[in-house]
Order: sequence, then C-alpha cells, then structure tokens
Amino acid sequence: MTNNTFPEISIQTADFSLADEVALLEQNNAIDGAIVTFTGRVRNHNNGMNVSGLTLEHYPGMTEKSLAKIITIAKTRWHIGRVKVIHRIGELNIGEQIVFVGVTSKHRQDAFAANEFIMDFLKVQAPFWKKERTEQGEAWLDAKATDDTKAQKW
Amino acid sequence: MIKVVFFAALREQLDCSELMLNSKNISTIADLKRQLASKSEQWQALFSNTLLLSAVNHDMVNSEQKIKSGDEVAFFPPVTGG
Repeated sequence: MTNNTFPEISIQTADFSLADEVALLEQNNAIDGAIVTFTGRVRNHNNGMNVSGLTLEHYPGMTEKSLAKIITIAKTRWHIGRVKVIHRIGELNIGEQIVFVGVTSKHRQDAFAANEFIMDFLKVQAPFWKKERTEQGEAWLDAKATDDTKAQKW
Repeated sequence: MIKVVFFAALREQLDCSELMLNSKNISTIADLKRQLASKSEQWQALFSNTLLLSAVNHDMVNSEQKIKSGDEVAFFPPVTGG
C-alpha cells in the first residue's frame, strides 16, 4: 500500500494520544498485520539528579527534513507500510509524552526493526535539544556516546 | 550573504541566534568557522569545540562542505532529542 497522503511527521507542542495514533495507522490498512509503537516520556531523574521537567528546542525546517530522510531510508531497508513520527517541543513536565514512533508492516520483524532504526537515528541526527530543570537550576543535556554506538550498529 | 543560525547551548553562550555574513572569502564551513572565531576570545573558544555540528540548508555537513551566498548555515551542539 502506498501512503503518499499519510502525514508522517508532526512537530508539536500539544500532547498526543497513543490510541488515536494507532487508529490512524490501522485505518483503511487491512494489508498490514503488524503495528509497532514506541512512546518516550520525561523521566524524573537523569545523571543522579532529580528532574522537574524540561524544555525542548528544535531547528524548524531541518527537523522535518532530517526525519523525512530517516523514514525514507527505513522504507528502503524494510518492507513497511505506514510510518508516523511525533516529537513534542516546548515545556514538558515529568511523565509527559515526548516522542512517538509508529510503524506498520505485513509481518512483525520489519516493523520492529524499522521502529528501532528510526528512533536510533532520530536520537543522533534530528536537531532537537533538551534543557533540564533540576534543583540545581537549568542545564542543557549532553549527548550520550551510547546513542552514537546504537545508531552505528545499523 | 550567508545566513548563519545558532541553536541551544551554543546560541545562549554566544548570546546570538542568527547573523548575516558577507560570503566574500568564505568558500567552506571551515572558512566560516574561522571567521566567526575571530570575533572574540569567547567565540574563538566556542568554535574550536570539535563536537560542534554544522548544517547547510538543513542538511548535516562536515567542515569541508562548500558554501555560497544565499545558503543558510547552522551551528549547534550534538543533538539530544527523543
């Protein structure tokens, strides 16, 4: 199934509903038997510090372009149907949803692999930056070397 | 002219989100970095950070990337989304 009109990328301040996103991935899509979704949330701790929330900055235009490239590569590597990537920006509190990746495919292996691939490359290529609010004040997060390692394994 | 934009920690440390530069004498990202570094000691220190990433017209590039008038160049720290 081609999904030329399926909106694949959304950068938004608003929260999203997992149920609604799954429904959109399923709608008029009887060909795909598998749906794999990933949701990322704001943790209450990082590097041993209590986190009260964070602010997400991004580079409008490049964000969408980099995610589109990642999705295009995923589609060449696996037989997948629909893809949806949502990333929130702005002020977020503990427990709030930050990121959603949903992938459908005929069989589960393609959706599992493509979902993890998209998430791993989003982590190292999509221009988002987190600033954490802790008891010690605000601080920009440092990138993790382990994220580069994960992306390189693909 | 080349439009240069900065993000996140770099933007705050420079206290600058964007500027326009004459593209004369600038043919690569490395040239542009050298010119920005010459602004002050602080800019020199920030642009000597080898972890700094760069993009031209929304595509990630390395220092050898050619640039020309009309391009939008971005500098930013390693990304931390997701």
